Amino acid sequence: MKIHEYQAKVILREFGVPVPAGDVAETPAAALAIAQKLGGRVVVKAQVHAGGRGKGGGIKLADDPPGAEAAAGQILGMRLKTPQTPPEGIEVRRVLVEEASPIRQELYLSVTLDRARVTPVVMASEAGGMEIEEVAARSPEKILREWAHPALGLQAFQARTLAFGLGLSGDRFKAAVAAILNFYQCYLAKDCSLAEINPLVVTADGRLLALDAKLNFDDNALYRHPEIRELRDINEEDPLDVEASKFNLNYIKLSGNVGCMVNGAGLAMATMDIIKLAGGEPANFLDVGGGASPEQIENAFRILSSDPSVKAVFINVFGGILRCDRLAEGVIAAVKKLGLRLPVVVRMEGTNVELGKKMLAESGLALTTADDMGAGARKVVELARRAA
Amino acid sequence: MSILVDKNTRVVVQGITGREGAFHAARCKEYGTTVVGGVTPGKGGTTHDGFPVWNTVAEAVAQEGANCALIFVPPAAAADAIMEAAATGVSLIVCITEGIPVADMVRAKHCLASTGSRLIGPNCPGVITPGQAKIGIMPGHIHTPGPVGVVSRSGTLTYEVVHQLTQRGIGQSTCVGIGGDPVNGTSFVDVLRLFSEDPETRAIMLIGEIGVTAEEDAAVYIKAHVKKAVVAFICGQTAPPGRRMGHAGAIIAGGKGTAAEKMAALGAAGVTLVKSPADMGATVERVLRVA
Repeated sequence: MKIHEYQAKVILREFGVPVPAGDVAETPAAALAIAQKLGGRVVVKAQVHAGGRGKGGGIKLADDPPGAEAAAGQILGMRLKTPQTPPEGIEVRRVLVEEASPIRQELYLSVTLDRARVTPVVMASEAGGMEIEEVAARSPEKILREWAHPALGLQAFQARTLAFGLGLSGDRFKAAVAAILNFYQCYLAKDCSLAEINPLVVTADGRLLALDAKLNFDDNALYRHPEIRELRDINEEDPLDVEASKFNLNYIKLSGNVGCMVNGAGLAMATMDIIKLAGGEPANFLDVGGGASPEQIENAFRILSSDPSVKAVFINVFGGILRCDRLAEGVIAAVKKLGLRLPVVVRMEGTNVELGKKMLAESGLALTTADDMGAGARKVVELARRAA
Repeated sequence: MSILVDKNTRVVVQGITGREGAFHAARCKEYGTTVVGGVTPGKGGTTHDGFPVWNTVAEAVAQEGANCALIFVPPAAAADAIMEAAATGVSLIVCITEGIPVADMVRAKHCLASTGSRLIGPNCPGVITPGQAKIGIMPGHIHTPGPVGVVSRSGTLTYEVVHQLTQRGIGQSTCVGIGGDPVNGTSFVDVLRLFSEDPETRAIMLIGEIGVTAEEDAAVYIKAHVKKAVVAFICGQTAPPGRRMGHAGAIIAGGKGTAAEKMAALGAAGVTLVKSPADMGATVERVLRVA
């Protein structure tokens, strides 16, 4: 799960990681009030779940409170387009208004899981303010790494090694060691999948501040963090993805016209692949899971056929825990309730397949059946082409 | 011969009084697996669907000689269940549970390193040696004994390849689902090593997917150590970058972990690649004929 920068900064502040003074505003008037309280120059930042906001016009400097009000007026309500947003952009509903400080140095700090070593890794770099992937590709020697112990965590000497490696000394060194250790605690305590401060700046007056902050969370651990779950902003997600998540369905909208409904993530990806091989384009990834109920099947069918770009539907199920008769029951119920607007190809195999096939045949619905994945894919691509 | 599980495997099911645990304990027993009973803390001394229930794994090991734990415990307690099983010294732990927090698995994996137990999974269908033992949730009836070792990160896609093989009269030595999570117990490399050493296994079918570097590691190992024929299919050839495709580990991040990269690495290691998932069985058949 992702959250906004302003939400991440509230959490960092709780853990003792220094962030600039500021607050979030939903109207230009609120932005004015915050700027008046802060005094001096401020920065107004669009709050969306995407990077590259500055280049898209989503970050503006203001010399005084009226300037902040004007900047907020320009940013709020705009559709911000960056390389990380959908092509049509994301509507900006909130801005973060913060004190603007002259910057002496930009650093980078992050914590994430090193999958190869199966333990968290803390990364720091003098090359702050750039994409870390870019730094890794161009000058990998500029990235410092310290691996936390899987059970004992990050030790103080490791934080010192990183802070010395960043070339810091005196008060900045002490502040950085504390910030690194506190930041690691935040990553651990909140079950983050990624915690990133880019840039971590040294200001002209010698303070260390997290100028930007990104916290992503392990979805599997949200059950023990209700306070994080509350920070979810569904405006930032595709409406069909949100609808699917209500029914515990794994749905991802794609750009093609062949809707797919499959059980199991691997088979669902393989089904997308075989549609492409047959000359078509998948409209979605949809995994109904190993033990889907007829109700889930019905909702899955409703969600994928509500996508207007879908011209034909391919149901591909290998019945293990999910029995073919239960699948047939769900499909028949869905089609009877929603009507059959689209051609549907069903391929099923596995547990109770004969019963499932019999139920579909006796339902009187105009479903096309296929005996294997390849034949099913060819049929559905052909049907989508004719309907397009 | 086979790998990991056989007629001598004695299974204790952790979470046997839950819906999934009870259902699958019965299916495993029906298949012929020796299921000695189950564990649910607080329900020791009772029976559930005819299975004895203990409070701890240690009791099942002491009383019935269990040497394998099959875990259906809910995600919040699953890592703890893995560590409990490992503490008893059972040689094999199969964890079916999906949705375990990554931080919990980091600790469990660290704990396992100092024990003699091997973990399969989590978030996997389990392990089956056709005709001998089924320890997991796969439909037993589609399998048949034979010469092909199957190893996969996916569940239903494994059933798909097994079905294609069985339909062609080609049996399987053992099928291992290593699971779709980013932190798991047993890797492709571990299973490839076991299949290499198993005289019964003549060819290996590997099913990978986008994300992480398990397939790249497998390619390096195959090139250096595996003399047997290996066939591979990588799903997610059309997956968009930056989106998690169902499995927690299945994500193309920072341009890394694409199907194309993995297929190139495996191809360079001499693996026979399958482009279409409909052709997995036919390709193995062809490879076996010349092997």
